[in-house]
Amino acid sequence: MKQTLPANRSLAQRLGFSLLTLVALVTVIPIVAVFIYIIVQGAPAISWEFITAMPRDGMRAGGILPAIIGTFYLTLGTAIFSVPLGLAAAIYLSEYARENWLTRIIRIAIINLAGIPSVVYGLFGLGLFVLFLKFGTSILAASLTLSIMTLPVIISAAEEALQAVPQAFRTVSISLGGTRWQTIRKIVLPQALPGILTGVILGLERAAGETAPILFTGAAFFLPRLPGSPLDATMALPYHLFVISTQVPEMPFQIQYGTALVLIVFVLGMNIIATLIRARARAKRQW
Amino acid sequence: MKTKKLNWQEFFIPRLIKACGYSAILFVALIFFFLLREGLPALAEVKLGDLFSLRWYPIEAHFGILPLLTGSLIITLGAMLVALPFGIGTAVFMSEVAPRWVREWMKPLVELLGGLPSVVLGFLGILVLSPFLRTFLNLPTGLTALAGALLLGGIAVPTIVSIAEDALDAVPYSYREGAWAMGATRWQTIWRVTLPAARSGVLTAVMLGIGRTIGETMAVMMVTGNAPVLALKLNSLFHPVRTMTATIAAEMGEVASGSTHYHVLFFIGLVLFLISLAVNIIASAVVFKTRKRAERVLS
Repeated sequence: MKQTLPANRSLAQRLGFSLLTLVALVTVIPIVAVFIYIIVQGAPAISWEFITAMPRDGMRAGGILPAIIGTFYLTLGTAIFSVPLGLAAAIYLSEYARENWLTRIIRIAIINLAGIPSVVYGLFGLGLFVLFLKFGTSILAASLTLSIMTLPVIISAAEEALQAVPQAFRTVSISLGGTRWQTIRKIVLPQALPGILTGVILGLERAAGETAPILFTGAAFFLPRLPGSPLDATMALPYHLFVISTQVPEMPFQIQYGTALVLIVFVLGMNIIATLIRARARAKRQW
Repeated sequence: MKTKKLNWQEFFIPRLIKACGYSAILFVALIFFFLLREGLPALAEVKLGDLFSLRWYPIEAHFGILPLLTGSLIITLGAMLVALPFGIGTAVFMSEVAPRWVREWMKPLVELLGGLPSVVLGFLGILVLSPFLRTFLNLPTGLTALAGALLLGGIAVPTIVSIAEDALDAVPYSYREGAWAMGATRWQTIWRVTLPAARSGVLTAVMLGIGRTIGETMAVMMVTGNAPVLALKLNSLFHPVRTMTATIAAEMGEVASGSTHYHVLFFIGLVLFLISLAVNIIASAVVFKTRKRAERVLS
């Protein structure tokens, strides 16, 4: 008969827990190190000129204003298309859809949309928006491509937020004579708003940092002026970082790290705003 | 007057919302359609034997996609060797071992890594990781499959941690209490009770991590050296390789639309699309199947 001694078991547990702690530390420390490293290396490059001037000397000097503006436009364009569509789809799934085979297909489609590689979105955008619809490589084509990529994130997050609103709220509103749409608009949506907003920002954050989908749909290597219309191509922060770290010889390191820093501040700024909204809404919530 | 306006809203808006609800199906269909439309001509222009040959050299019309396929596979495999132990280990640590305040700090931190644009990781891969690997392992170049696998492991970790942790968290506390009451240590409970109970969620995490890795483009393109050679042996990890995603990203900008090269790149996109479809369907099927079994057991 085999019997494990208690001493052995607790030794195994202590060893196991130490191992797990080590694994977690090895996972977390590089994350912190990456951020600190980029901040330390990039901070000296940051100046008023760096974020407000055009690039000079083949992008080896001056600022990165057109890339910052470009990423802002692309994020805005993505929001214009994906937020209304994603929100409506979430409302449908949460408030109208019955559990049948069609709804199941919608859910499978959303899961698959979320899993499609970003470069395949780029191909699709090239095929549909740039060539077939003849938008050319433009902010419009790139924003539409990014919107479709962002859609599953927004739908899932918004649906989760809508589902979290207690069913009793809807029952009361309907029993007071409210119609279904009135209930959604006046009761459910306002209650779910913080959650929806968090999801929207997290989706847009991903769009702002993506490079592959805009490679052939709207990103420009270098532009001497700011884009003037949605049909112009644009520089963008992630693509600019790719260009200056792989395509331009003798690029000063400082500008590369500075660009990386501006990009992560842009993206993580959105992340932090989303986290704050979520935390505040949780604290204020009465149900 | 007011009711009339309301009636109009009640009629129109739900229909609009319903149409938007179906949009996800429409987009998946559209993506599939455009990949087929632009990618299938490749099968007519390049012989099937040539397409699945060992040589990718588009300038001389060699369109063998096998090196790209093996490149993607070896990097995904390498990335999983990194991401699985660290991802699942961290998830178990967060859910079962760490005190509450540690967990409250770790979760946003790991999510922060998930939000880091892959181009930033690729950038650090070029400037920090690959020079380090070159000197540390004494290689001719640090831009190798290994560098790509390490970076991609890092990119897959947040996905795996966050889904696996949710799955572990969803295991009812009474399961653990039951195990403890039977005299199991916390360590034994983790391996024999909690992890097996959460296995479908953990499997989903793994599948989605794999999906994320195969589809990742920028970081891979920047650090793997982009040499389209067949990567079948384990020491291929220490040589430059090229993945399917990187090939599309690097070459699509320079091809004439409608050329054979253009069609072949779309064909590769089609292959990627089908792989991601398969991975996702397997991931959701795993969830579905185990849930059914659990329902049978509990009823």
